Amino acid sequence: MTAMQLQLSGLGLTYAGATTPTLAGLDLTVKAGSLTALLGPSGTGKTSLLKLVAGLLHPTTGDVRLGGRSLLDLPPERRKVVLVFQAPLLFPHMTVAQNVGFGLRMQGLAPPFIAQRTEAMLDRLHLGGLAGRRPAALSGGQSQRVALARALVLEPDLLLLDEPLSSLDPGLRDELRALIRQLQRDLGVTTLVVTHDQTEAVVMADSIALLQDGRIVQDAPPQEIFCRPASANVARFFGGENFFPGHVRAGVFHGAVGSFPLHTGHADGPGVMTLRPEAVVLGPGPQAQEARVLSCSFLGPQSRIELDLSGTRLVALAAPDMARGLTPGQSIGVSLPTSALWLLPETPLPRTGQTGT
Amino acid sequence: MRRSVLRPLAALILALWLVMPLLSLMIWSVARGWRFPALLPPELSLAAWHYAFSPVSGVLGSLGLTLFIAVATTVLALAISLPAGRALGQYRFAGRTLVLLLVLAPAILPGIAVALGLQGLFLRLGLTGTVAGVVLAHLIPVLPYTTLIMTAFFAGFDPEHEAQARCLGARPRQVFVHVTLPAMLPALATGAVLGFLVSWSQYLLTLGIGGGKVQTLPLVLFTFATSGRNDLTGAVAIIYVLPAMLVLGLTIGLSSRWWQGYRGTGLVRPLVFGNHR
Repeated sequence: MTAMQLQLSGLGLTYAGATTPTLAGLDLTVKAGSLTALLGPSGTGKTSLLKLVAGLLHPTTGDVRLGGRSLLDLPPERRKVVLVFQAPLLFPHMTVAQNVGFGLRMQGLAPPFIAQRTEAMLDRLHLGGLAGRRPAALSGGQSQRVALARALVLEPDLLLLDEPLSSLDPGLRDELRALIRQLQRDLGVTTLVVTHDQTEAVVMADSIALLQDGRIVQDAPPQEIFCRPASANVARFFGGENFFPGHVRAGVFHGAVGSFPLHTGHADGPGVMTLRPEAVVLGPGPQAQEARVLSCSFLGPQSRIELDLSGTRLVALAAPDMARGLTPGQSIGVSLPTSALWLLPETPLPRTGQTGT
Repeated sequence: MRRSVLRPLAALILALWLVMPLLSLMIWSVARGWRFPALLPPELSLAAWHYAFSPVSGVLGSLGLTLFIAVATTVLALAISLPAGRALGQYRFAGRTLVLLLVLAPAILPGIAVALGLQGLFLRLGLTGTVAGVVLAHLIPVLPYTTLIMTAFFAGFDPEHEAQARCLGARPRQVFVHVTLPAMLPALATGAVLGFLVSWSQYLLTLGIGGGKVQTLPLVLFTFATSGRNDLTGAVAIIYVLPAMLVLGLTIGLSSRWWQGYRGTGLVRPLVFGNHR
């Protein structure tokens, strides 16, 4: 099986009677054999997007291409695209094996062949002993695995997963997440996973596509989208809280928090600098500036410290050890590592990112 | 303790309630010269049964006709109720309540009013006195029940199972045969039984529209009953009652097994009205 690239271009969807479009000219490419996580707040049309690709919905504008061929004229059953819904949706009147063999039966394949393929796929998902069970007698994790087996046995050109883990317990979720990732790699199937869970996206995906306001605002590998957000909104979605307005002059950023040389070329003009809260370094150092502690709260693995750095609000996440004993009003040394600073590519000031006391 | 006593007692009362009238009919059907003070018939005879099964009486032909009308009405009613129930059960649209009320209205209206109202219309259409006319008339009291049942089913049916089947490569017809139909079976069976029984027991509409030309069993039965032939009335009544009881009993047994298999699986959610998406 050769993997195929999925390409969405100018995809728009406006539901009948709706005033604002759910999807507005969305572009997205999922490379052949890779896994992209589609991330976004709930209600942003993530599921609608999957349904569009699967053929269960029709786009108002744009095109869906798989392996270079447009899918728009094909009904769902002829796209070789399998959508696994959030709920397992197993057919209750069929056994586990019959459920997994459903797609192959619909193709009219020979029963011995179907039995063999079904068995192999069940083994692969550690479901071997459950072949004769009814869906009603399965646990949540088992049901989800059967749903996955039912999709993968068809060797689809494209696998679409809609929050496949959201209904599972945390432990089970990690296990299945690893299993999905491993199977996806082994089979080399191009995959698009919808999720609202950042951790899930970061752990599983080759690339994360962030959907906001009906568009993909950034599509990049997890590390990049975390450290080099395309906009303040993207940064905020991934927990960014520090936005320093200022301006660029001759390759140097000047702001209230200080002046920093930029590694990459930027045109002169206003700009916003961002820094992930966990990148802020607390304590004395050669570059340290004096900051005042505004508040300090214990979050479990980390502590969240709000600081006032020369009139600019700064949020730091640090190991609880580092933050122990900090009291509001206290002074502390703060360094902003230049390697972690990132100048947002957009020029307009973020609406709520403006800080200062 | 109390429960263990009450349940058999309730069952006994129910059984007596259902069986006693039948018992007396059975005795009537084989009685000869059974007059008032006598507790039991003085003499037994199968004459009434012989007559009932003879071609002269037309009882068997009438049984076939009643059966045909009931089956035809049921099949038609289900064919109409299926899409109607799907629309009413799964979609919220303007005037949905009104449509539901109109569908239910015939179940509330007295049959005689419907029969009289229809007669004029059917007369003009040339449907009076025909089997087709009677089937059409029977649809009126049958449709509320079948539509209500299919509406309740579809209100609890998750159409995503169908979408999932499409994604797995099933053509629309295959989705219906392999996914929707199996899920619908219990509801279809329940609707079919109710529809059959409602049509089976129609008297006024058959008389009004059939104009005496379409002689279903209840009409034949009534003729015998009014002519004072108690033995014949008993025999025909039993012939009339048995198929209905058979259908009812069979389906209760089957459908309880069906429902059990579907419970808690998500394909059929608890049957509650207004479960809309």
